[in-house]
Amino acid sequence: MADLVTTSNFPNPDAVYVTLIDARRGLSETDAAALDARLVLILANHIGDLEVLRQAIGLARKTGKNNGAQGK
Amino acid sequence: MTGGRKAIYHYGYRRSPDQDARQPVRHPVVVVGAGPVGLTAAIDLALRGVPVVLLDDANRIGEGSRGICYAKRTLEILDRLGVGSDLVRQGVTWKLGKVYLGDDLVYAFDLLPEDGHKMPAFINLQQYYLEKALVDRALEIERIDLRWSNRVSALEKRSDGVTLTVETPDGPYRLATDWVVAADGARSTIRDLLGLGFEGVTFEDKFLIADVRMAADFPTERRFWFDPPFHTGQSALMHRQPDNVWRIDLQLGPDADADAEQKPERVIPRLKKMLGERPFELEWVSIYRFNCRRLARFVHGRVIFAGDSAHQVSPFGARGANSGVQDAENLAWKLAAVLSGDAGEALLESYDLERIQGADENVGHSTRSTDFIAPHSPAERALRNAVLDLARHCDFARRMVNSGRLSVATVYDSPLTTPDEENFAGSARLGAPVPDAPVRTRAGRDGFLVEQLTGTFEILHIKQGARPQAPPGVKLTVIGEDLQDSAGLLAKRFDASPGATYLLRPDQYLCARWRTFDPDRIAAAHRRALGR
Repeated sequence: MADLVTTSNFPNPDAVYVTLIDARRGLSETDAAALDARLVLILANHIGDLEVLRQAIGLARKTGKNNGAQGK
Repeated sequence: MTGGRKAIYHYGYRRSPDQDARQPVRHPVVVVGAGPVGLTAAIDLALRGVPVVLLDDANRIGEGSRGICYAKRTLEILDRLGVGSDLVRQGVTWKLGKVYLGDDLVYAFDLLPEDGHKMPAFINLQQYYLEKALVDRALEIERIDLRWSNRVSALEKRSDGVTLTVETPDGPYRLATDWVVAADGARSTIRDLLGLGFEGVTFEDKFLIADVRMAADFPTERRFWFDPPFHTGQSALMHRQPDNVWRIDLQLGPDADADAEQKPERVIPRLKKMLGERPFELEWVSIYRFNCRRLARFVHGRVIFAGDSAHQVSPFGARGANSGVQDAENLAWKLAAVLSGDAGEALLESYDLERIQGADENVGHSTRSTDFIAPHSPAERALRNAVLDLARHCDFARRMVNSGRLSVATVYDSPLTTPDEENFAGSARLGAPVPDAPVRTRAGRDGFLVEQLTGTFEILHIKQGARPQAPPGVKLTVIGEDLQDSAGLLAKRFDASPGATYLLRPDQYLCARWRTFDPDRIAAAHRRALGR
């Protein structure tokens, strides 16, 4: 069982950020959210490890401003 | 209910001698509710030698189609009770499901891809036909005392039983019983009288359920649409029943007005968008909101809950009536064993455990399906729609599309099961009903394994040398002697080798197996399966 990698996995992190920004440039808030949702599903399937996915969700919730503490 | 049909079968109230007794007459078992679950429980108990009083507050059946999908395991149970084969002939057999996104087929499934089973994956049949068949069967059995227009209004617990007050057209009377089986449905009176509440989820979305009579050549498949052109932004389901009747479910969203939506002037235009100009008649219409929930416990002293009184699910997956019938059969042999002294009351704890495991599986599946079909918030809907968008292109997303995962028997993780000491492959699993397979009898008749099982503890032994001796209380069937494995599928499904020995519970669940016949190990496993 793998652990979530939180150290940088890319030799060029700026290129990754730009790629993700480019994907949403010009999209409305709704369309960007829909794109993100598809992207989450595609990447989750590619990772293929429920435990890593849970750790990623845990990290995402913990680090947001509205961290979803009231969520179910 | 608007558009409701008239009942088709009427039964007469008859005064019971119990109503003239000076003291409450005492019975071993009273079953409350003559729906599919109560009738199954009563018939199964009676066939096991237990006299049953069966009470129902109505005097008729047939108002609406309600449950329509009966699963393979349910049909096997009904076959053992003597009505399964007729129902299969009467019903519409199906096994293919298709899921559409808009007009496009995105996912298809086959629920019984292998041959050599007597019962099909599913039949569709109006619930009133099932109830009629079970009532007819119950009326043949002398040990069943079926009392129509008998409504329970009060319940008093004693240390060794329960006293019920029952209202009738002739006024109330009192009835004493060792055990009560509460199969009185989603709005259970018995549950209210005990003050018991549910744990679970209620979904806000409303659904229109319509049965439509029309001549149509649509395929005999379960067809489900997300966002179809005829019902934009919502889901739809279509299923064939006998008599040219079709079940149609249309999702209406959380804000729909239930009273307005079941008026024919609203329903008919909605259906016309789906069915085109083809003429049809409305048989039955209702608006539902779904609950997925269960009681914390099903056994409350001498009162035992089964079916919708104990647990409720949304219809996506056909897990309501099917799980209720499976509750009834799980309970019947155990209660009969307690009443005969073969087992102590502790055996009934295993009903609680096994059927709560079943209910949790059903509640879990139906909750996940309903979450997918009717998301709770715009954010949840966005993710659901992302799955649907991807489903057109990717296998992984098609497999996430959830329009209902259809009912299969629960594999019990049960203290009644003796764990394997040897390795077994094949599709037979400990804690599950045995797989069916074609067999030939001594008389040379071709049939199926499951229909040969008589509802007692039973050993299947693969012939190896002389016929062994089964322990008391266990029936022995030697494969290769009493029955022939005519297609070789039994050996494959049970991973059988000469000498292999399988112990089946009275409900046809596999509870122990070995590579050799060892009377001591068999006797120990038999005791364990009786909770001793």
